[in-house]
Amino acid sequence: MSRSSEHEAEIDPVTGYETTGHDWNGIRELNTPFPRIVIWALALAFSYSVIAWVLLPAWPLGRDYTRGLLGLDQGEMAVEGYKRLAAVRADWLEPFADGDFAALSGDGSLMARAMPAAARLFADNCAACHGAAGKGGPGFPDLSDGAWLWGGTPEIIAETLRFGINSTHPDTRISQMPAFGRDGMLPPEDITAVADHVLALSAGKADADSPGATIFADNCAACHGEGGTGGLGIGAPVLADDRWIYGGSRDAILTTLKRGRQGVMPAWEDRLSAAEINLLALYVARLGERDAGAGQ
Amino acid sequence: MLRLHYNLEKLSMGLVAAIIVAASIGGIVEIAPLFTIDKTVTIPDDMRQHTPLELAGREIFLREGCYACHSQMVRHLADEIDRYGPYSLAEESAYDHPMLWGSKRTGPDIARLGGKYSDDWHVAHLIDPRAVVPASIMPAYPWLTAPLDIETLSTQLATLARLGVPYTEAMIAGAAHDALAQSRPDSDGAADVAARYGEGVAIRAFDGDPARLTEMDALVAYLQSLGTLTAAARETVGQEMAK
Ligand code: HEC
Ligand code: HEC
Ligand code: HEC
Repeated sequence: MSRSSEHEAEIDPVTGYETTGHDWNGIRELNTPFPRIVIWALALAFSYSVIAWVLLPAWPLGRDYTRGLLGLDQGEMAVEGYKRLAAVRADWLEPFADGDFAALSGDGSLMARAMPAAARLFADNCAACHGAAGKGGPGFPDLSDGAWLWGGTPEIIAETLRFGINSTHPDTRISQMPAFGRDGMLPPEDITAVADHVLALSAGKADADSPGATIFADNCAACHGEGGTGGLGIGAPVLADDRWIYGGSRDAILTTLKRGRQGVMPAWEDRLSAAEINLLALYVARLGERDAGAGQ
Repeated sequence: MLRLHYNLEKLSMGLVAAIIVAASIGGIVEIAPLFTIDKTVTIPDDMRQHTPLELAGREIFLREGCYACHSQMVRHLADEIDRYGPYSLAEESAYDHPMLWGSKRTGPDIARLGGKYSDDWHVAHLIDPRAVVPASIMPAYPWLTAPLDIETLSTQLATLARLGVPYTEAMIAGAAHDALAQSRPDSDGAADVAARYGEGVAIRAFDGDPARLTEMDALVAYLQSLGTLTAAARETVGQEMAK
C-alpha cells in the first residue's frame, strides 16, 4: 500500500502503458487499462437500467412497488392481446355462436375459412383421446365411422361436447354398460352364451333361436335394441356391426360383460366458447359424413 | 470513477466491503418483497388445500421428475391464454411447497389440466403414452400401478401446516384414512373427505379399481386437481376481459 504513494507513474516504453510499479527481480507488471469499449457498454447498460426503472415496474417498496411512468401491466397486456386475437377471428368465428347449423354448413366460403381452425381445435383438445384423424382407439370411440352412440347431427354433437358423457358437469349425458358378471346379474354360462351371440350378431350370422339370443332379448335389447341395432339417446352402441369401442375379440366382449363399461367424455362448456363448440360439432359431423359416404 | 475503483482494488478489506454492499442491493431487491408476501399475496376465499391423496400424487410427480418437462404456469401472454386458459396467479400456488411453476416445456403446461381428460385417459397415458398419443415422446411410467404408501401422509400434512398451509388437527390425524376414502366413493369415509376439503373434491376410483389404492390413484387425483383449487384466476382474467 505504501508502494502506491511512493510509486510515480512509470511508463513502459514498448506498449506505452503504465506499470504497476511492482518489481520482482527486475521484472515489471503492466497495468493494462480497461478496454474503452467495455466501459462504454457498461455506461450504456447503466443508463438503460435507469431509464427502465423510471418507465417500467421496478423497485419493491414494502407492500407495493414502483409502477413506472408507462403504467404497464403484463396481465392487462396479455388480455388486450387476446382480445385483439379474438377480434381477428370474430368475422368467421362469431357466426357460429348462434348454432344455426343448416345455414352455417350452407355457407361454403365461411366453412372454408373456419374448418382449418376447427382442425386445430380438434388437435389441441380432442386428438389425445379420439386420435388425430378422429379414428379413436381402445376405449375412445371412432368419430369418423358413422356409427354413433348419441347421434351424429351437429345439434346432438354440440350437446355432447357442452355437457360431456359421464362427466362432472351437472347436465352430463349419462350411460353405463352394467357389470353383468361382477354384480352377479347373469351366471357365467349365460355370459359366455350371450358373448357368442354378440359375436354372431356382429358377423351377421345370429341365430334367433339360440339360448344366447334369448338372453340378449331379455337383458340387453332394452338398451342395445332388438338385434343389437343400438340405442341412440341412451348411448348404447350398435352391436350388430364390426365397429368396437373396447375391441371385438371374444375376450374384450367378455371383459365388457363381466366388469361393465362407463366411458367418460369430458365436458367442454367451461373450456371452449359456444362458437368454438358449434364449429367443432360441424367438424365432427363432417368426419362422420365423409367416412360413411366413402366406406359404404 | 475508475480512479476510485483503482484505489479500492488495492485496499483488500475495502474491496470486500464494497462487493458486499453491491451484491446486497441485488439480494434485497429479490428478497424484500417476501417480507410482506402475506400482505401482497392474498389467499382467495374459495381456495382449498390439496387432499392427502393429491399430496401423495404431488410427491410422485416430484419423484418422477415430471416437472422437468411440464411447467405449471400459464404465462401473461395472449397465445397462452388462448391455448391454456386464464394466466396463473401467485396465490394459486400459495400452498405449494415447493411451487412447481417450472420453466421447461418439453410437454404442454398443465396448470389448467384438471377436468380436461378422463381418469381412464390419464391411466392409459401414464402406463404408455404411445397407446393414446402415437407421436408422444413422453416416457412410460408402468410402475405407477404399485400400492401407495400412506404411512407418512400425516407427518407430511403436519409439516405443511407448520409452513402455513391450513391443515387442521383433524385433517392431519385423518390423512391416511382420507387418502384411502378419496379413492373409494362408496366407502363411509368418502363423506368425511368432502366435508373436510369441500364438495368440489373429486372422489373416485381414479385408477378404475376401488379395491386397490395405488400410486396411480394418487397421481391422477393430483393431475385432476390442477387448476381447480380456486376460481380466482378465472375471475381475475374474466374481469380483465370485461373491461
Ligand atoms: C378424455 C378423453 C376424451 C377427450 C379429450 C374427448 N373425448 Fe369425446 N369421447 C370420449 C369418450 C370415452 C367417448 C365415449 C363415451 C362413452 O363410451 O359413452 C366420447 C364420445 C364423444 C362423442 C359422442 C360420439 C357418439 O357416438 O355420439 C363425440 C361427438 C365426441 N366425443 C367428440 C369429442 C370432441 C369434439 C372432443 C374435443 C373437444 C372430444 N370428444 C374430446 C373421450 C374423450
Ligand atoms: C343399461 C343399458 C345397457 C344394458 C342393459 C346393456 N348394455 Fe351393453 N352397453 C351399454 C352402454 C351405454 C355401452 C357403452 C359403454 C361405453 O361406451 O362406455 C355398452 C357397451 C357394450 C359393449 C361394448 C361395445 C363396444 O363397442 O366395445 C358390449 C359388447 C355390450 N355392451 C354388450 C351388452 C350385452 C351382451 C348386454 C346384455 C347382457 C348388454 N350390453 C346390456 C348399455 C347397456
Ligand atoms: C421427457 C419429457 C416428459 C416427461 C418427463 C413427462 N412428460 Fe408428460 N408429456 C410430454 C410430452 C412431449 C407430452 C405431449 C404428448 C402427449 O400427450 O403424450 C406430454 C403430455 C402430458 C400430459 C397431457 C397434457 C395435455 O394437456 O395434453 C399429461 C397429463 C402429462 N404429460 C403428465 C405427465 C406426468 C404426470 C409425468 C410424470 C410422471 C410426465 N408427464 C412426464 C413430455 C414429458
